[in-house]
Amino acid sequence: MKFTLGWLKDHLDTTADAAAIAEAMTMAGLEVEHVSDPTVSLAPFTVARIVEAVQHPNADRLRVCQVETVDGLKEIVCGAPNARAGLTTIYAPIGAYVPGLGVTLVEKPVRGVVSNGMLCSASELELADESDGILDLPEAIPVGTPAAKVFAVEPVIDFEVTPNRPDWLGVAGIARDLAAAGVGTLKHYDVAVVRGAFPSPITVRIEAPDLCPVFAGRLIRGVKNGPSPEWLKRRLEAIGLRSINRLVDVTNLIAYDRARPLHVYDAGKLVGSEIVVRGGQTASDSGEHEHLIALDGKTYAADPGMAVIADAGGERPIGLGGVMGGESTGCSDDTTDVFIESAWFDPIATAQTGRTLSLNSDAQYRFARGVDPASVVPGLELATRLILDLCGGEPSEIVVAGQAPADPVGFTFDPAYVKRLSGLDLPDDRIGTILGQLGFLVQAGAPWTVTPPSWRRDVEGPADLVEEVARIEGFDALPATPLPDQKTSSRGVLNPRQARVRIARRALAAMGYAEAVTWSFTRQGIATLFGGGDDRLVLENPIAADLDCMRPSVLPNLIQAAARNAARGHPDAALFEIGPIYLTDQPDGQRTVIGGLIAPRAPRHWSGTTEDALSGLKGDLMALLETLGAPVGSLQLVQGSNRDWWHPGRSARLQLGPKTVIAEFGAVHPRVLKALDADGPMLAFEIVLESVPEPRGQKTKTRGPANLPNLMPLTRDFAFVVAEAVAAGDLVRAIAGADKALITDVRVFDVYRGPGVAEGSKSVALEIVIQPREATLTDTEIEALSARVVAAAAKVGGTLRS
Amino acid sequence: MTDLAQLELDLINAIGSADSVAAVEAIRVSALGKTGAISGLLKGMGAMNPDERREQGPVINGLRDRVTAALTAKKAELEAAELDARLLSERIDLTLPARPRRKGSVHPTMQVMDEMIAVFAEMGFAVAEGPDVEDDFHNFTALNFPPKHPAREMHDTFFLKPDPATGERKVLRTHTSPVQVRTMMSQKPPIRIIAPGRTFRKDSDATHTPMFHQIEGLVIDRDIHMGHLKTTLTTFMARFFELDDVDARFRPHHFPFTEPSAEMDIRCDRSGGKLTLNEGTDWLEILGCGMVHPNVLKNCGIDPDEYQGFAFGMGVDRLAMLKYGIPDLRPMFDADTRWLGHYGFSAFAAPNPASGLS
Repeated sequence: MKFTLGWLKDHLDTTADAAAIAEAMTMAGLEVEHVSDPTVSLAPFTVARIVEAVQHPNADRLRVCQVETVDGLKEIVCGAPNARAGLTTIYAPIGAYVPGLGVTLVEKPVRGVVSNGMLCSASELELADESDGILDLPEAIPVGTPAAKVFAVEPVIDFEVTPNRPDWLGVAGIARDLAAAGVGTLKHYDVAVVRGAFPSPITVRIEAPDLCPVFAGRLIRGVKNGPSPEWLKRRLEAIGLRSINRLVDVTNLIAYDRARPLHVYDAGKLVGSEIVVRGGQTASDSGEHEHLIALDGKTYAADPGMAVIADAGGERPIGLGGVMGGESTGCSDDTTDVFIESAWFDPIATAQTGRTLSLNSDAQYRFARGVDPASVVPGLELATRLILDLCGGEPSEIVVAGQAPADPVGFTFDPAYVKRLSGLDLPDDRIGTILGQLGFLVQAGAPWTVTPPSWRRDVEGPADLVEEVARIEGFDALPATPLPDQKTSSRGVLNPRQARVRIARRALAAMGYAEAVTWSFTRQGIATLFGGGDDRLVLENPIAADLDCMRPSVLPNLIQAAARNAARGHPDAALFEIGPIYLTDQPDGQRTVIGGLIAPRAPRHWSGTTEDALSGLKGDLMALLETLGAPVGSLQLVQGSNRDWWHPGRSARLQLGPKTVIAEFGAVHPRVLKALDADGPMLAFEIVLESVPEPRGQKTKTRGPANLPNLMPLTRDFAFVVAEAVAAGDLVRAIAGADKALITDVRVFDVYRGPGVAEGSKSVALEIVIQPREATLTDTEIEALSARVVAAAAKVGGTLRS
Repeated sequence: MTDLAQLELDLINAIGSADSVAAVEAIRVSALGKTGAISGLLKGMGAMNPDERREQGPVINGLRDRVTAALTAKKAELEAAELDARLLSERIDLTLPARPRRKGSVHPTMQVMDEMIAVFAEMGFAVAEGPDVEDDFHNFTALNFPPKHPAREMHDTFFLKPDPATGERKVLRTHTSPVQVRTMMSQKPPIRIIAPGRTFRKDSDATHTPMFHQIEGLVIDRDIHMGHLKTTLTTFMARFFELDDVDARFRPHHFPFTEPSAEMDIRCDRSGGKLTLNEGTDWLEILGCGMVHPNVLKNCGIDPDEYQGFAFGMGVDRLAMLKYGIPDLRPMFDADTRWLGHYGFSAFAAPNPASGLS
């Protein structure tokens, strides 16, 4: 919403300048976005007269002018074709900033002749978009007159109107709040009643009172339309509106002055003598909506939820009520009889019409937010007065169909609530004054009864009144009050899951993974590859076609991120993300996962091969789980049953039982990588945090004795030949179980296939760590233990390699 | 010169010119071995009479001690030289690059989230969470959005496809306020929580992404008023930006769920393309806040005549950008490893009151 300072001063008696007004508006809740003050930018420029203009000695297109200026006679070089003796124009002295050029003038020779200033065009002063010469002003204007005065420019203030305050869409409404905020005195205008000279020959019938409960109108005959007077043009153009003609300009003026949209019909073009307000019609055979060519020249289809104004017995649509009039009955310079409409259209329906048709207008914007229903007849009277003043003519009596929505009702209000809710300690009479200045009817008593004005439908209860009082008094006056001390838990504020997320984040970062945050969405087709893609998790209105589905896993996003990094020349990504995945659309259908991904393409190193990347990833995963307090000792590693986006031979899952899968890890299936346009291999893990059991809450923080053995551990090496199909993990578990008291670790240090080992078998070499507890072991005891190890290996088909 | 003196001179000279540990060992054997010269002399002492022994004993023993010392010293000298020579031959070119180590990092949004939680934790706020996929009631209705409120419409809310059975259309939460609703509906005042998390709006340009992060806060008790809101938020911002104080102002604004509503600005200077807080003549819009609307309390089963309080919400990604000078929003969600390396944080930079937030 834009307005000029001068326009505001029509409603507000104030000496404040634009900057002070803008500050007061902002602090009263009218958020100013921009103040443009051409009086400041035009300050250096004044009127001057060319006394003599001669050809520049060194340039065909330039003239050397002797100019009478506010600074005396100046020699100025000018390239404009219209620079001639006797021309009255605008002069800029050395040092002036020329806004249209974006330069500050310096004294310098132009082709050998020093120019002591500049003569300006309208575009150089930003008064026009383009110019074909310097300004040509009436001779009568004296030299030295400020340019700002010549062009009657004014500061323009642009601000954001919050949706609750449609009354701020009129300058008068802005003035009311500023007056309450102490910036000036509100000028009240009584709207004069214009007596009708004859009954209106045009009547109004409302068929859709839910869309348009009230419609008032009047005919003025014998008007003389045409271009608006200069003051009206200037007022509209200053805020970016286009002047059309007097009748239309009057409606625009009142829309911006009083937030009261109106419409004018050329009565000569109306068919019949009745205007009907109804919903859009639909052809019973084709089901097609009726069409209307609006004033913007475009054709719109009106559905039954839209207010349509019709003539010809309700048959011909001539306007979209509250949105835009029709082309067929628009006012032109030839209009002699005009019918003025002042109605009230339902905000929700008007908003919907604007959205459905993608049609916004000043009227639609105002009706959608809520026009003051009490302004129907006063707005009509105001328009009548202006039209009679500008166009002459003879008005009819007013016709009113329907009834305006009821005025807001009063409610009780305890002024002490201001202090209770805002902390502001104000005397009751100050509270009453503020509300009174904003148009509220305050009936003091115990308690008070406060009735909001008709234009404040946003005010529903006492809290709204506290806001009015507090914002007008100013939030700067709010007291500074610390929150009361609260006994905070010495155990911290995070629940165990939240605490685990923090630990996981920093643990993975320490292991060399870079944390990524990626979209919660993916493409439905990709979601399907990862076990998701349920229609109930598909967006109706995605931001882009490839982000149309809630993700069932973070892996597709990480894979695509690694592929993007590779495409940028950085193929060796190690990424992780801790975030949500979505299994259903229900509140319990969301999980937090910890996903990690490695694109194992580390650069070559002089020292030779790097460690096996998949083994490294498994190590990271196990270390992470241990850090999170997961029961790593009881985890089962199951290979071969991962879901189908994993490499069938190079992936596994970690579980406590078949129904409590904690994580899956391994290489991503090449088919899936191909679908994601990513180069393999890529290794990944995904932990579902909710499945990782939390350590049981312990009553004490003490840890119990460490029981560190005094005796040296000893090691013994074994090599067992097993069938290829036997998992090394099973062999290790079997051997570890041979003597749970003495064997503290079983380490695989070699896996061999080849000469000496039968085809289809492999030799697994193990180092067994034996920790004596009470006394050193005798040779006999060690031999007995070895025998138990060999027997344990035999249970999984292992034979001692000879 | 006596024979003994001559022997000592010969041995010492031989030791001095020995060029290897093996040569020294050969001299030791020739002098002190079983059949060595000095060993012979020592043995000969057994046949001496007491007087001779008293006279010759110290001389022979002295000779033995001096030769032994010379042998030991020479051996140590030669061993040191041999070690030096061997170590020199073992030289490794340490200018060769080390095995590269992946450098991990914490995402700036998450770092800032941790910082904010740390500050609020000290003020007694617990952390509440809720689902990203919400229903209309928790995201809008309970929060006093009138039916058909423009914000519910297609402009900025993501909708899921309607459930074929019920026709219900879920939304992606447009703010973390539904967590406030869920908290109020499940827990009695006093309430003091923050609600961090992902939020979604259908918006995509230089300063908007369809997903972003918010932290909202809610304080409900009997006597909480706007003065508490003001102090809580100015204290928070000062601690978050690691300043002694912030020059802040509160401006009236409009939100459906608070009354009165405000926006908080911090004084700033933007000259030279650099943001400096507490200086200059500009204002930086930092968050929205207000007193919880009585209708919201009612909708959540709290009696507004008994309880009142404030709520606030801020964009975590944006505050991360402001604090750490990150120029663009979109790369936040692009997982560009170069960007993550530049703007990310060390794993060990966990915010704590001892070393400061950052």
